[in-house]
Formats: sequence, structure tokens, C-alpha cells
Amino acid sequence: MTDLGPAAALRLTGIKKSFGATHALRGVSLQIAPGEVHAIIGENGAGKSTLMKVLSGAHTADEGTMELAGNAFAPASPHDARMKGVAMIYQELNLAFHLSAQENILLGAESASLGWVDRKVSRERARAALALLGHEHLDLDRPAGSFTIATQQVIEIARALLTNPKVLIMDEPTSSLTQADTERLFATIARLRDQGVSILYISHFLEECRKIADRYTILKDGETVGTGNMSEVSLDQIVTLMTGREVKDLYPRVEHKPGAVLLEAKEVASAPRLKRASFQLRAGEIFGLAGLIGAGRTDLLRTLFSLDRIDSGDVCILNAPEGGSTPGERWAQGVGFLSENRKEEGLMLTLSIADNLTLTKHASFGRFGWIDGRRQRAVAQRWVEDLRVKCRDASQPIGQLSGGNQQKVALARLLEHPARIFLLDEPTRGIDVGSKAQIYQLIGELAGAGKAVVVVSSYLPELLGLCDTIGVMCRGELSAIRPRSEWTEAEIMRVATGSA
Amino acid sequence: MKDTAKLVLTQAGPFLGLLVVIALFSIPIETREFFLTYHNFKTIFTQTVIVAIGALGMTMIIVSGGIDLSVGSSIALSSVVGALFIQAGWGTATSVAAMIFSGGLIGLLNGAAIAGLRMTPFIITLGTLGVARGTAKWIADNQTVNYETSPLNTWMTTADPFGYALPTGVWVALGLAVLTALVLRNTVFGRHVFALGSNEATARLCGIPTTRLKILIYALAGCFFGLAGLFQLARLRQGDPTVAVGLELDIIAAVIIGGASLSGGVGTILGSMIGALIMAVLRNGSQQMGWPTYFQEIIIGLVIIVAVFVDRLRQGRQT
Repeated sequence: MTDLGPAAALRLTGIKKSFGATHALRGVSLQIAPGEVHAIIGENGAGKSTLMKVLSGAHTADEGTMELAGNAFAPASPHDARMKGVAMIYQELNLAFHLSAQENILLGAESASLGWVDRKVSRERARAALALLGHEHLDLDRPAGSFTIATQQVIEIARALLTNPKVLIMDEPTSSLTQADTERLFATIARLRDQGVSILYISHFLEECRKIADRYTILKDGETVGTGNMSEVSLDQIVTLMTGREVKDLYPRVEHKPGAVLLEAKEVASAPRLKRASFQLRAGEIFGLAGLIGAGRTDLLRTLFSLDRIDSGDVCILNAPEGGSTPGERWAQGVGFLSENRKEEGLMLTLSIADNLTLTKHASFGRFGWIDGRRQRAVAQRWVEDLRVKCRDASQPIGQLSGGNQQKVALARLLEHPARIFLLDEPTRGIDVGSKAQIYQLIGELAGAGKAVVVVSSYLPELLGLCDTIGVMCRGELSAIRPRSEWTEAEIMRVATGSA
Repeated sequence: MKDTAKLVLTQAGPFLGLLVVIALFSIPIETREFFLTYHNFKTIFTQTVIVAIGALGMTMIIVSGGIDLSVGSSIALSSVVGALFIQAGWGTATSVAAMIFSGGLIGLLNGAAIAGLRMTPFIITLGTLGVARGTAKWIADNQTVNYETSPLNTWMTTADPFGYALPTGVWVALGLAVLTALVLRNTVFGRHVFALGSNEATARLCGIPTTRLKILIYALAGCFFGLAGLFQLARLRQGDPTVAVGLELDIIAAVIIGGASLSGGVGTILGSMIGALIMAVLRNGSQQMGWPTYFQEIIIGLVIIVAVFVDRLRQGRQT
């Protein structure tokens, strides 16, 4: 690693951070020059977001040192970090939509005397921040919610610039932008760089990183595994550094052979994101869906499951009762869905494991609408033991379990129902490695038992290790479906980013 | 072992509150003589009936993640409808059915608007609060509706101060409380109410017909409110369209004091009943202490805040 010496705008040395038994950061080192765009690259779970939280003051590092322009930097809170010169722009917009653009820019840093807002000074400061971005003509009195998403992002960046930051962190800034808006954002970034602001740019989109960043640092499993000049490295080299791990141990193969077609999707579309998707799913097949976040993978699963309305096209579940226009009818057809969003959609956190596990089939636990609680708990207890869910017993509220154990219960709901077709959206997101391996094993066994499984995942080694067939989605279209043996990570990335 | 102790404490929280309140009123010289007697508690139970029956319906609604502000008006409407039926010479059974039906109708309206128009329960029921109250005044011709006599009149009476029998209203409230508690705990409908309130997205994902369920919950709760109107009528012995103004707040307070969460998914019938009793005991005790009514209002207001705060502390320690 080239040492920038005292010239570095930001220097991180040996940053470590653990949450309980999970080592999120195992020793990250990083140097950024003034006026440089520096890409932080890594897979999901590599430690990018933890690193950004440590930098922005939301978390405190367990070990390691940070220096900002040669001075020790240990922010106590995001506000403290901002005041010391490190500002952050989050992936989701953080605007008060009903307030005006000006009020949003000055939020938390209003110019006021004795509590009265000084309108003139406020206006000048907001204008000055916008001028840095080349948007000095923006209508400051309009409510923030009435602007386009791209302009809202400009407002958000202007807010970050108000405190004259030395380092600006941008977390996946283009994930909700169109191509043209992305180009405009890049122009803004270049402008800030020329004014001496250092930018830490985090993105999944490798092409983007190559285009905008001067230098890069690659994280893997919480460690720095590579750093250098963007111009001296190829896309494939980056991918190899990001993912270079032995995958065969984690994905035990269970013998299974694809059989009869169970599900057929023809030209399925659902506004606004899902444009067109056709595929066939066979019994005993594990079908992987790859693609960038927002490419329509989740939308496809939700439309198949009738959670989102189907605008055109046709979904056919074979050998099943008629219907399928509501999630309830899909369950009746033997289709099960696992939400990517465990806390907000997948589970009822205040209710017991037993209630969560059997919600789709409460009626079968008794007569005339009365539930036999003992039988319901006994059934849940069996799954708790089978899947080694760590808990007191099946009547414990599920909100008290760890993410991995919650996910096992969420999956057990599909197993208990029982489903024939498993639609799994990010089945291993945010869970520990042990639970991951267990879920991979389980998925393999399902296929072995003749069930059909669709797995959506952003984690490519997982798809390549687990699936028989992989389809890649790009901008709402399911574009390429091939057997696993014909895919590599680089190839999936090329198709997913539309650069093939 | 420790978990069991914690569980007992969580379940017993409102009950301990009730014991504390009763103990407090048993100490002063002014109330010591009479407060802790059977006859006083007979009065307290009778005074709790209307709020308690309302709280049964409200517990279902709040556990499902909703709220109903139209209860007070529904009760007034139901009592006016009942008085009109009795005045017109209909039998007791028909009049009772009409009262329950009128409450159920307002509930059905609430549920259909909330689920069908996808609007927040607060807004819809704020609207029906006005609609039901206005309708009550309209059909009562803006005055009280009087009738000769009816068997209903004895259902809430504590007239015989030396009798030991509890009035019908108390038994009805008690029976319904047990029934509702069982339904919420042990039936598919009851568990779906909890599921809906805990996480509507999950309920939908698991194939529960959430729209139909919501309508059913509000309509059923409305029937409870109609029944509460019946006992309002039995107590007043005339149909008064201006009665029970603001009673919805007492009912909501009872449910909240009883440990339910306004964000849904949490709550018990036992807790709500104890909550209703706590408020009745406070009113009764304050009256015997000779405190003015405004003082009672302040106390009950503070009790709500303390109860929810204590609940939060308990929840916080759990995790």
C-alpha cells in the first residue's frame, strides 16, 4: 500500500469492530488523499456499512485509529462527525417531504437568533451550498417532496455540504437513480472533487466505481484485501479479490434431479419495475435469480405470489387447484413465499414462535375455529428442535431471537404448510454463517425431496454454489437463463449491469 | 425460573395497580368505614359495566392495530334506538336486538370505510363519531326519549342497598369478558386479530384476508358498543342522545392501562377489565373522599400516563 504520509485527508489503521460473536471488521486500513474519489468495494456483509457507521460516528471502533487531516478523529455521534468534517449521505433519502427545500438543507443547522429563524442568512447559506453543486437556481420554497428523486438527492447533498466537510461519504447513491440522473450526479461528484473534497464512494455497481473513482479499496470479510489506482486494475481482478473464497465447503450438494414442470411464468409484468419475465420451474430444481438491487427480482417473486398485481402475462401453477389471485389462494396451491424483509414483513415480532410458524394454517389446528393450542405448540416445538432454533420454547415471542433463528422459523412456516414451490427472497440476508450453512443444506434437501425452489440473492457465490439454473435480471427484464455451469461471477455481473 | 417470575409480573402488572389503588382508599379515615365493603364493590362493579363492555370491543380493535373514536356516539345512538323501540311497544328481546344491531351497523360502516377506502381508523371513526351522534339526536327529535317502563330498568339497578345479588349487567359483562378472552386466545379469528395488529404485511403474506377481517373486527366491536348502549339505557331509564360524550376516551384508557399497545399486536381482555375497574375504583374512592370531579379527572389522567410508562419500563427490561 502506498503511504500518503501526512498528506492524507483521512487515514484509518487497523479498525476492528465486533457485535457479540460476530466480527464485522477484522482490521481495515484505508488512506484517502484530499480531492480524491475513493471507491469502497465489497460484497454484502463484507463490512462496508459497518465501516461507514464507524466513520460517521454511529458506531465506535473496538480497536484501531482514525486520523482526519493529521489529527486524531474519534467522533462521538453522527452530529459530532459532521461538525468535525465527515458528512454522510445515506442510501435512502432523509428528507422531510413537507418542508421546503431550504428548510431541508438547513435542518438541524438553522441560522437563528433567540430561536427565530433568520430568513435572509438562511437563504444565502442554502444558496451557497447549492451553488457548489451547480444548482443555484433551485426553487428554495417548494416542498422537498415535489421535486424529482434526483433533485431531492441534490438537496440532500447540499445539506451535507453546509458544514464544509473534508470527507463526504456516499452510500449507494445511484441505487434509485436513472441513467441520466446518474450522469448528473457524477458531474456533481467531479465538481466537489475539484474543490478539494474527498469522497468515499460505496456502490455495488462496479462499472460505476471504475468510471468515477480515482482509487479503490476492497473489503472482504471485514478486512482490507486490496487497494490501488482504479486505472491499473481490471474488472475481473476486482471481482476475484472481492469473492476469492473456497465455496465448495459451504454448499453441500444433495443429489437431486429436475422432474416435471411445476410453475410456468409467461411474459409476466407488473408496474413499475417488472417489465418482462418468463421461465419454467421444475420439481427438484433450484432456480437462482441474480441481478442488482432494484432490477425487479423481488417484484417478480411478489407478482408470482400475487402480493403484487400482475399487469400482463400469465403465471401457471401445475397440478394445483384453480385460483391464485391472492396470497391465500397461492398458499392453497402449495406455493410458499419467504420475504426478504424479516422484521417488517416476514414475521410478527410480538407474537410467539408457534403463532408465527403456523399462521398460514391456523384453521387446521382445531374444529369450528377453535385452535388447539397444545397441538399448535407441539408442531412448532418439533420444528424448533429439527432446525436447532435457539429459544426458550415455542411460546417465546419471536422478536427476542437472533436473526438467524428468526429466519429458520420463517422458513419453517413454508415447510410446515407444506409448500411444494418455495419462493425465497434473500433467504440468508443478515444471518450468521452457521445458520447460512444450515439453510443451504435445507434448500438442497428440499430439492432432493422433489420440491421446486426459487432463490433470489445478491450474494453471487451463494447462487453459484446452490442453484442448478441461474437467471439474471436487468432493468426489470429476466434476460438470460442458463445452467449454473455456464455462469461465472464476472459473467453474471456483466449481464446484471447491462454491460454485456 | 426467573423467566416465570418475569412472566407473572408482566401479566400481573395491572392487577397490582388495582390492588394499590384499592389499598390507598382503604387507609384514610373518611373512607375506611365504607370503602372495603361488599356493597361498595357491588356499586363499583355496576358502575364499571358500560366501560367494561365497551373495552371488550375496543381491546379487539386496538390489538388489531386500529382505534375507534365513535364509541360514545354509538352508545348514545344505541340507547336512543332502544328507547324508541320500547316506546313503540316492542318486546324486550326485539329492542335488545335492535340496539346491538345499531351498534354493529356503525361498526360495519367504520370497518368498511377503513378497509375499503384504506384510510386511517382515527380519521374514519372521528367522522362517524359525528355521524352517529347526529343521527341519535335526529331520530330522538333532539330530546330525551321516555317510556313507561321496561324489564330493562332492573338490569343495572343497585336500588336495594342491602341485597347481595349483583345486577344482570355485571353478570353479562363478566360472561362476555370470559367469552371474548377465550375467543381472542384460542380461535383462528382471535389469533388473526393479533397477527393483523402485530404485522399487517405478514398477515397478508400468509394469506389472511385482511380486508374482510378488519370489517369483521369493527362490526363485532360495534355490537359490543351497542350492548354497552343497552346498559346505558338501563341505567338512565330514558334514551338520551347527548349521553356518553367522551366515553370513548375512558374506554380507550381502560384498554391502555390494561397493557395493550396502541401500535397493535399486544393486549389482553383481563388487563382491559382491570383497567376499567381501576378507573371505576378511582372515581368511587374520590367521591367518598369528597374530592371534586375535576380532581378525579386529573388523577385518572395521571394514572394513564403512569400506567403506560410503567408498562414501557417493564417491556424495556424484557429485552
